Amino acid sequence: MQRQILWIITVTMGLFMIPGIANATENVLKMATTTSTENSGLLDMLLPHFTEETGIRVKVFAKGTGAAIRDGMDGNVDIVFVHAKDREERFVADGYGAYRLGVMHNDFVILGPFTDPAEIKGMHDAPMALKKIAEKGAAFVSRGDDSGTHTKEQSLWKATGLPLKTETVQIVKNLKKHSFSSQHPEGLGQWYHSIGQGMGKALTYAEEKQAYTMADRGTYLKYKFGRKGGLDLEILCQGDNRLFNPYGIIPVDPKKHPHVKFQWADRLANWLVSPKAQHLIAQYKIEGQQAFFPDVISTLK
Amino acid sequence: MDFFIDSFLSAASLIWSMDPEFLVVVYVSLKVSSTSTLIASIVGVPTGFLIAFTEFRGRRLLITILNTLLSLPTVVVGLFVYAFISRRGVFGVYDLLYTQKAMVIGQVILIVPIVTTFTIAAISRIDERYRKTALTLGANLLQTAWLILREARFGIAAAIIAAFGRVIAEVGISMMLGGNAKGFTRTMTTAMALEYDKGLFVLSVALGIVLLTVSFAVNLFFNYFQGKARV
Repeated sequence: MQRQILWIITVTMGLFMIPGIANATENVLKMATTTSTENSGLLDMLLPHFTEETGIRVKVFAKGTGAAIRDGMDGNVDIVFVHAKDREERFVADGYGAYRLGVMHNDFVILGPFTDPAEIKGMHDAPMALKKIAEKGAAFVSRGDDSGTHTKEQSLWKATGLPLKTETVQIVKNLKKHSFSSQHPEGLGQWYHSIGQGMGKALTYAEEKQAYTMADRGTYLKYKFGRKGGLDLEILCQGDNRLFNPYGIIPVDPKKHPHVKFQWADRLANWLVSPKAQHLIAQYKIEGQQAFFPDVISTLK
Repeated sequence: MDFFIDSFLSAASLIWSMDPEFLVVVYVSLKVSSTSTLIASIVGVPTGFLIAFTEFRGRRLLITILNTLLSLPTVVVGLFVYAFISRRGVFGVYDLLYTQKAMVIGQVILIVPIVTTFTIAAISRIDERYRKTALTLGANLLQTAWLILREARFGIAAAIIAAFGRVIAEVGISMMLGGNAKGFTRTMTTAMALEYDKGLFVLSVALGIVLLTVSFAVNLFFNYFQGKARV
């Protein structure tokens, strides 16, 4: 009896594994990207065109920029599509990425409640706006997840000239000590909420607390106009060129990870900067507004 | 293999350094989990007691429902509570979402069925003659109940330990209702989920090791009580 049960379990498990093996031979490219790219809906529009043209399907894993890059370093994915230029360049310089192509950009906006307790409405100087929020001690929600948006937020806090607290965690890696640090203004646990979650969650959190936050425009538009009972937050500060947000695509270097599908990744990267894809990006509208600006054909703007 | 060695060493240095930020995370975890375990015990143990000792129509059905609730997903509890306490919800005015109170509410709902069903099981195991003997010896109902509670304490302690284990290890409710805000509602499990998202796996596993260590300490404490009971 026991042996029979064992057989049944073995056979069942075997059956589950067959589709897995079959899948491996299919044309599937794995891409790690950021939650903001995924949440904006751009990829859902863009990738079917690529699949139609080339027969290559793209599996998208949306994470924070830190985790997406980590996936690339570990060779878990074939290509990385993120927005944190310095880190992307380091990723290529360290030999993990084959090359980086600038695809497009959008911008960040500083959002807040209609009541605007820190009185930043209409400001164009992002660090000044943050400074006013801090001085007022008005609630501010930070992604705090080591993402591209978080990286940008930290650079803006640095530009305010306010005293910042640096936090360092130490971990042991390959038996050597490594440390990672992040910075935030004084006031953590009082008015500064570091929630360590994706863009969508940060927006709903800020709405719930009627707090200030920083978001990429695409995700904001989606949450504000793309659903019933839109987000109860307003754009209060925009237009500073320090809020600029470039996206880059990086195929994982096959020299580092021989198993990655470099050929296809290479095709996808080059397709994204092709006139067709660039036009598609320019035409993509969220609730009637252009959300991304292609980098190669900038005249389209 | 290196990965695990790295994780252990990181965990050791995390505990050794006694970093205040890290201690706050452990403190929030313990505070929220023990509060919800305490409330769930106050509700669940008497409920289990009543169900075990009274006969009424639908008793078996009620027990089956409670048993089913043992497999309640944390995400479902999270969503359910969220719908009530978010700003657009019925209790929105109390500003509960993303606070420790919200986490406690969700966790209590999660573990009341655990405490109740385990208590029923523990009490049902006690020989019927205990009750009869106590009653014939002139004990009143309350005294009888106390006697049985004492006899069943090993099982009831197990109920509470299981409930505590469930809440200190769960991540769904803490994330959805607590919101993982650093210094407010970040717990060990949501911190682990975050470190995983950031790609810092070693730190994530290190936190898991710390969680088990803390849980071990709590269980030693419980064991002290359990150990006195006859198994």
